[in-house]
Amino acid sequence: MVRRWGGLALVLVLGLAVGVATGAKQYDPGASDTEIKIGNTNPYSGPASSYGTIGRALAAYFKMVNEKGGIHGRKITFISYDDGYSPPKTVEQVRRLVERDQVLLLFNTLGTPTNTAIWEYVNRRKIPHLFVATGATKWGDPEGHPWTMGWQPNYQSEGRIYAKYILQHLPQARIGILYQNDDYGKDYVKGFKDGLGDKAADLIVLEQSYEVTDPTVESQIINLKNSGANVFFNVTIPKFAAQAIRKAAEIGWQPVHFLNSVSNSIEAVLRPAGLDNARGIISAFYLKDPDDPQWQDDPAVQEWRAWMRRYYPEGNIHDVFNVYAYSVAQTLVHVLERCGDTLTRANVMRQAASIKDLTLPMLLPGITINTSPTDFYPIEQLQLGRFDGTKWVLFGEVLAAR
Amino acid sequence: METLLQQLASGLASGGIYASLALALVMIYQATDVVNFAQGEMAMFSTYLAWTLLNAGVPYWAAFVATVVLSFVGGLLIERLIIRPVEDAPILSIVIVCIGLLVILNSLAGWIYSYIIKPFPSPFPPRPLRLGSVVFGTHDLGVIGITLLMLLGLYVFFRFTPLGLAMRAAAQNPVSSRLVGIRVGWMLALGWGLAAVLGAVAGMLVAPVVFLEPNMMSGILIYAFASATLGGFTSPVGAVVGGFLVGITENLVGTYVPLIGTELKLTVALVLIIGVLLVRPSGLFGRATVRRV
Repeated sequence: MVRRWGGLALVLVLGLAVGVATGAKQYDPGASDTEIKIGNTNPYSGPASSYGTIGRALAAYFKMVNEKGGIHGRKITFISYDDGYSPPKTVEQVRRLVERDQVLLLFNTLGTPTNTAIWEYVNRRKIPHLFVATGATKWGDPEGHPWTMGWQPNYQSEGRIYAKYILQHLPQARIGILYQNDDYGKDYVKGFKDGLGDKAADLIVLEQSYEVTDPTVESQIINLKNSGANVFFNVTIPKFAAQAIRKAAEIGWQPVHFLNSVSNSIEAVLRPAGLDNARGIISAFYLKDPDDPQWQDDPAVQEWRAWMRRYYPEGNIHDVFNVYAYSVAQTLVHVLERCGDTLTRANVMRQAASIKDLTLPMLLPGITINTSPTDFYPIEQLQLGRFDGTKWVLFGEVLAAR
Repeated sequence: METLLQQLASGLASGGIYASLALALVMIYQATDVVNFAQGEMAMFSTYLAWTLLNAGVPYWAAFVATVVLSFVGGLLIERLIIRPVEDAPILSIVIVCIGLLVILNSLAGWIYSYIIKPFPSPFPPRPLRLGSVVFGTHDLGVIGITLLMLLGLYVFFRFTPLGLAMRAAAQNPVSSRLVGIRVGWMLALGWGLAAVLGAVAGMLVAPVVFLEPNMMSGILIYAFASATLGGFTSPVGAVVGGFLVGITENLVGTYVPLIGTELKLTVALVLIIGVLLVRPSGLFGRATVRRV
């Protein structure tokens, strides 16, 4: 009897010793020896539901991770709710994720107005709010909101990159700007003007805005043409981008046309606007487009295709959103792997804010992910591409925003 | 000068679009005494029907006619099945039913066709017409032409045909109409059917300009309301003139009044609605309606 207890004590002591030696496992709600719970909201219904494929692709990616053994043996439970792109609904769903489902972290919640609605709440509750699916610049605020982090190049960075290009290559530029009169449009214009620096006032000849409720932007395009602008910075969502491209061609305005990446989809924008009308337009990219012939034999793209076929066969193999989801999920897996056995919310943030030169297979060559406790902007590089009438042709080198 | 002329041309073009939808609003108001908030979404849905037919390989004008017929039946059915049961309810209930219809049609279209914009063909040749330095889109001219044709058709219909007169009578004085043998219920349904037809035509004219998507009519409907209010809800001529006035005002104010600029263009339309209602509630061309209470 005594021996038996002695044996147990020995095991306990040994176990403790091992625990101390390797660092004990530490968990916050949502993490355990077998599971990591991740929460997400996506618009699976409503006007923004074309983004819904991102949520489905994320689920497909985590399914693959789990089939391959999970993260240090822990399976990912990915809980994604529909918020219909409606901020009040996002608040409701995120509270449900945090308070009832008890997720360890929120990941890639989609949309600028929707994330704005939960921004204060998640920071007050100290829930990691990682790699949100929006390009707004405000997500990189480690002092005011240390629990929220973006992922993709933000709108200001992109605006600065176009400005840099114009300063270098188009010294005679007379710039006309069309932008959506809200946070998104103003974010781009601010980055663009910052990039032009003290030349902004000289180079910009006219700024025109539109409201998202306007039927058309034709009147604005006429004014931009008549301002004598020879460079056009087009900050519009797909519907208005297509209108602007078509109207400019119709009235014979042929500026050097910079189109924000929000609307650089060939299928959703350029084809409706007329591929011929879109020839020569310049935009910015950071992901490999699976339809781009130059990546036809790229092993990373082939691997992505194989993953799509196996884990997300109902998804659209031409949709860059599925490349986006694949890459952002890889970034999260990288962070969780670095967390090791310390799956606390604080450690998740610590690891997310110390990524160094991470490359991902579907990022354009030369683009790396870097974060630090004072830098909450993971991707800040882009490459320009020009539309040749059928596809985007990348040119120049990868450009950094700062 | 060039800017002015081009903005006028563009204002006329959007005015034509507002006028075509405003006509449908006026039509239904004249025929049934109801302001139909779902008019825009009905038009949008009809346009999707046309798009489906075109995609299936039906030639443009065949698809056009088929859409018009289908929309007529659709409008008729909506009146019979949805509006009828609340016919005698207070006006507010009917308004709410219309708004419900708006939301349902919008979501239905999004569910079936997705929210990605789709190009919609124009029946007119693509080459723009140049007068000096001013460019007129041929489609824009076509919109204006067809809107004026619809107006003429409506005028003749309501003034000279027995059916049109019967519909007006049924809307204005249901009891007496019934006494002289007009089937009031059917007249109302017919009114909805015809309004759906006008809406369908408007939708097919609008879609090539703004692209086809479930929300394509939401902005236009506000301007159409402004047009109909300005011209007078009881006057088809007024609705069309109102449409052109709103289109031109919007462009000129947006271009030449720096204080308003492009930021407050929509506000101009709303101010117009309120202003007209305050100063001349029946609109420029409308008759003041007198009702015995």
